Amino acid sequence: MSEIQLTVNGCEIKVPAGTIVAAAIAFAGVNTYRHSVTGEPRAPLCGMGICFECRVTINDSAHRLSCQTLCEEGMRVVTT
Amino acid sequence: MNHLQFKILVVGAGPAGLAAVSSASQSTTDIGLIDDNPMLGGQIWRGGVQSAQTTQAKRWFEGTGAITILNGARAIAPLGANVMLVETATQAIEVHYERLIVATGARELFLPFPGWTLPGVMGAGGLQALVKGGLSVSGKRIVVAGSGPLLLAVAAYLKGKGACVQMIAEQAPWQKLSAFALQLVRYPEHIRQAVQLGRSLLGVPIYASSWIKQAHGTDHLQAVTLNQNGHASMLACDYLACGFGLVPNIELPTVLGCSIIDDGRVQVDEWQQSSLQGVYCVGEVTGVGGLDLSLAEGQIAGSAATGQLEEARQRFPARDRARRFATLLQRSFALRRELKTLVEDDTIVCRCEDVRYRDLLPYANWRSAKLHTRCGMGPCQGRVCGPAASLLFGWTPTSVRPPVTAARIVSFAHVDWPV
Repeated sequence: MSEIQLTVNGCEIKVPAGTIVAAAIAFAGVNTYRHSVTGEPRAPLCGMGICFECRVTINDSAHRLSCQTLCEEGMRVVTT
Repeated sequence: MNHLQFKILVVGAGPAGLAAVSSASQSTTDIGLIDDNPMLGGQIWRGGVQSAQTTQAKRWFEGTGAITILNGARAIAPLGANVMLVETATQAIEVHYERLIVATGARELFLPFPGWTLPGVMGAGGLQALVKGGLSVSGKRIVVAGSGPLLLAVAAYLKGKGACVQMIAEQAPWQKLSAFALQLVRYPEHIRQAVQLGRSLLGVPIYASSWIKQAHGTDHLQAVTLNQNGHASMLACDYLACGFGLVPNIELPTVLGCSIIDDGRVQVDEWQQSSLQGVYCVGEVTGVGGLDLSLAEGQIAGSAATGQLEEARQRFPARDRARRFATLLQRSFALRRELKTLVEDDTIVCRCEDVRYRDLLPYANWRSAKLHTRCGMGPCQGRVCGPAASLLFGWTPTSVRPPVTAARIVSFAHVDWPV
């Protein structure tokens, strides 16, 4: 199975092709995907593009849903 | 602005949408299929790291010819009659169509309880989706709680992926569950499924009349408290998978102007046509009914929308039968009243805007709660807290407006708005 290299909060990781960004973030050991408006830690809830809890910055583009985005080579993922 | 034009546009590539494409393709290949996920199959036939497409999704897709598929694409706003504005990660497209088939499916119903916003608390289907997308749960301790057969399917899936499923907490009482099991005699295909699930769940404790009360942890879930048949019990775990039922995704048909009836589902006629001429609705969006009903409705709409009325009529008996099974499921797994009392004063109800239960108490309806507290005004636009508020306060979430989902402002920049 081919592997994809990407960074999560600057940390380099390798994941199998077909992995979604939300899974790669957990694989990198990051629990908090974003902080809520009052500063609470949040992570994916619905896993299907409804709740927006998994949103992160991907390649400098903010508010991308990590549960509906496939990992790509060289991708830069930053949690907020 | 890019333009595309199809005779038939199908929104949603789950079972209902794929069945609609399959039947419509017997008459035309001038079909566009859009879906917001990276791969076809919807939730139940979701592909993943191991195979991009599940065999079921592939099977329905065989023989459909050269139709146009747009993955990772969201229908964000209707632009007058027969035009849909669609957004992908990189562009906006005006999609023109003669007939529209809406198969937007359902989302999970989330019930607020203390601690439900902690990382590690997820929807049951949501956790399964993440695992299919590559999340490893090998050796993870997981509690599955909620109601209905989906819990068993998810628990079996997670166990197969190496998770330690510690408990399945089903809120329905044994007497309802055994009455349901007796009725299964009339549906042999579901008995086979039940036996398979039973086998793969050997060793996993299943408790009836049991439900989640609280999730504990600081920045990740560490334990849960359950009401286990009248007794409180605490269990350490890494994930909690909650499944309390499904809510039809009626936002797109609502914005289109389709009539919505009783509990928030689209009204359709025998051909699956909504109150709008040429707009068909199929699958969970017409009322939660499961896989078989979605397939039958999809086939009927796909045939009817392309003038194959006799083919459509042939699927009526299958639809009737699946509807009867859906009614049985709803009756057997109806949510108990106690689940409405799990919230405490400081429990967050709206996760986007962090609106707590006590903030909502002074208001008489959804609209005034929304205006005063911002409940339901965050990125999810009330998709999570709306059904929760409905259950807690009896409110009817109203006023869906375009864009149907959060969209980029640039997607609207070159639209020729109808006057």
